[in-house]
Amino acid sequence: MSGKKSLGRFFTENAVVIIFLLITIAAIPPSGFSIQYIVQEMITRLGRNSFLVLALLLPIYAGMGLNFGMTLGAMSGQIGLILAINFNVTGVEGLVFAALVGTPISVLMGYVCGAVLNKAKGREMVTGYILAFFINGIYQFLVLYMMGSVIPIRSPAILLSRGYGIRNTLNLEGVRQSLDNALLLRLGPFTVPIATALVIVALCVFVVWFKKTKLGQDMRAVGHDMAVAEAAGVPVDRTRIIAIIISTVLACYGQIIFLQNMGNMATYNAHDQTSFFAVAAILVGGASVKKATIPNVFIGVILLHVLFVVTPRAGQNLFGSAMIGEYFRQFIGYGVIALSLVLYAWRARKDAARAREGLRGAAA
Amino acid sequence: MRNLKQFITDFGWPRIIIFIFLVALFLAAPLVNVRLDSSLSDVINRFGQNAVFVLAMVPMIQSGCGLNFGLSIGIIAGLLGATISVQLGLTGFLGFFGALVIATPFAVLFGWLYGKLLNKVKGEEMTIAMYVGFAGVMFMCIMWLVLPYTAPTMIWGYAGKGLRTTITVEGFYRRVLNDFLAVRIGENFVFPTGEILFVAAAAFLLWVFMRTKTGTAITAVGSNPDYARASGISVDRMRTISVIISTILGAAGILVYQQSFGFIQLYTAPLSMPFAAVAAILIGGASVNKASMVNVIVGAFLFQGLLTMTPSVINSALQTDMSEVVRIIVSNGIIIYALTRKTKVAK
Repeated sequence: MSGKKSLGRFFTENAVVIIFLLITIAAIPPSGFSIQYIVQEMITRLGRNSFLVLALLLPIYAGMGLNFGMTLGAMSGQIGLILAINFNVTGVEGLVFAALVGTPISVLMGYVCGAVLNKAKGREMVTGYILAFFINGIYQFLVLYMMGSVIPIRSPAILLSRGYGIRNTLNLEGVRQSLDNALLLRLGPFTVPIATALVIVALCVFVVWFKKTKLGQDMRAVGHDMAVAEAAGVPVDRTRIIAIIISTVLACYGQIIFLQNMGNMATYNAHDQTSFFAVAAILVGGASVKKATIPNVFIGVILLHVLFVVTPRAGQNLFGSAMIGEYFRQFIGYGVIALSLVLYAWRARKDAARAREGLRGAAA
Repeated sequence: MRNLKQFITDFGWPRIIIFIFLVALFLAAPLVNVRLDSSLSDVINRFGQNAVFVLAMVPMIQSGCGLNFGLSIGIIAGLLGATISVQLGLTGFLGFFGALVIATPFAVLFGWLYGKLLNKVKGEEMTIAMYVGFAGVMFMCIMWLVLPYTAPTMIWGYAGKGLRTTITVEGFYRRVLNDFLAVRIGENFVFPTGEILFVAAAAFLLWVFMRTKTGTAITAVGSNPDYARASGISVDRMRTISVIISTILGAAGILVYQQSFGFIQLYTAPLSMPFAAVAAILIGGASVNKASMVNVIVGAFLFQGLLTMTPSVINSALQTDMSEVVRIIVSNGIIIYALTRKTKVAK
């Protein structure tokens, strides 16, 4: 293969990353932010978001596409946090408590999600997306009507004044940044939350190790070709459910880490955009529906969030309206997801057409 | 007995449950002091308000493009028509039909591009349609801020530019269809004749179209693309036509909605509108690859009935507002149900 050809190939395969990189670089100067500010902001946001984005990896290996159902895990994590505040468990213990409460709920949710997706093979993504809406309805029913009336929640600080239902915004003072501040490292002008970073590294190690296990290999086989995997004796449906369960549990922990960094929680909306941000990030990082790596996650989080930090201010300075920047970043987020899905589907169809032509050539 | 069983499997348990639930709501209404006649009037009005959106689902389902989660593309075209009509100062019927005429070329153009895109991504239409719709809505958010509209009723007073989030159509085309030949029975019941006539006309035109040569070809493409191609039908062309029609109906749908509702809603308002239309047609008995006029009418009526009756009846009965939760669970539950059905027609 000639150098020119492989360069062209490099551009088509990384079109999303390259386009995004250009937009981001173009948006930095008009925002007027210093590089130091942006780097510190990125360190914070890597700690806040990476775990959630890493949760997307396993379902992609298993060929189930982007797991929009991760929102189910996020909701489980939020229930854990609500209970932690109710019982007034603070600090890192509060987070561990929330995770312990969230784990069984998210395992159950992951099982439900996996079972539903198994009945919708070939359209997992749209089904997962709608399933998140559906479970959101049940979550609202639980939190807004059942908590305080049926589920014993006693803390008046989090209950609505009518006696049942949780308040709209919860102050997570007890656990606020407890993980981030557990071990802080000052590196020149920057502050690095080492404990959070260690948790994220541990998850990366887990993912790398998991891919090498029998189950991980099965997942790749299922992701490659379900029929072949089935014929080879891999329990396809079961493997797919396990992939989703692990992803959901990870999303639960990820949401807890995300919220402890934010410091407060919009009880009924905090999970709305979880999958949107995570999916946009991994795609911006160069992943596709079928292929994703750990570097994709970190590149994506950095690129997406640099853009998110700079666009409102850039919009303000360029057009005199911060709203333009705000809408622009949402447009970019949705647009990136659409673009990479389109590019992927397009390429898959072209490959299929080429394969057919190859067959025809051989016959003639 | 066997017929009944067959009917239940065809129609599906979720739909039967929703139907029974709605009947129960109507029966319970008088017990909690909700007036039946005004409720029924509301249901019919909202049926007319939303039926065109539901109608817009049919062509794309029939051509095999699946549920049109990107209906917001059509809604955007309608919003352009509406705002330009108000900008030009058109009023009454001229305002409404002017908006429709202005919106149509936008809808054709957007639909054509959107259809071309969906042809490139066969098999992944629904997820992509959803995100293309979202991205389109967000792009238009920027446009609403920067497009050079000047009509004082539409732009922000203090900034002197940028369209408002909601714009009243009072004095332009508010309720032009609803009040046309409206029949008032008693104190609380009004039949919005013009609106229902418009819906009926649109449904009839689509029904006739689906029976023309092109319409049949569209259905053929949806049921068996390989067979259609073998019989000399251009699959991509038929799919594009179906997307364009769906987009035009989306544009007409938002105009009918506005004249009844009284406001043009801009910015992020169209984001969630496609989901209601998708849920409605599925409640009406459509599947991901088959839909008829009966599905549209039954679905729009059941879904809007549910949305109207749940708040009034449940709130009066329990003294708390659970309607939002019921709406979320029912509408998304039915979409999941439809997405997880095994499709009977071979793809």
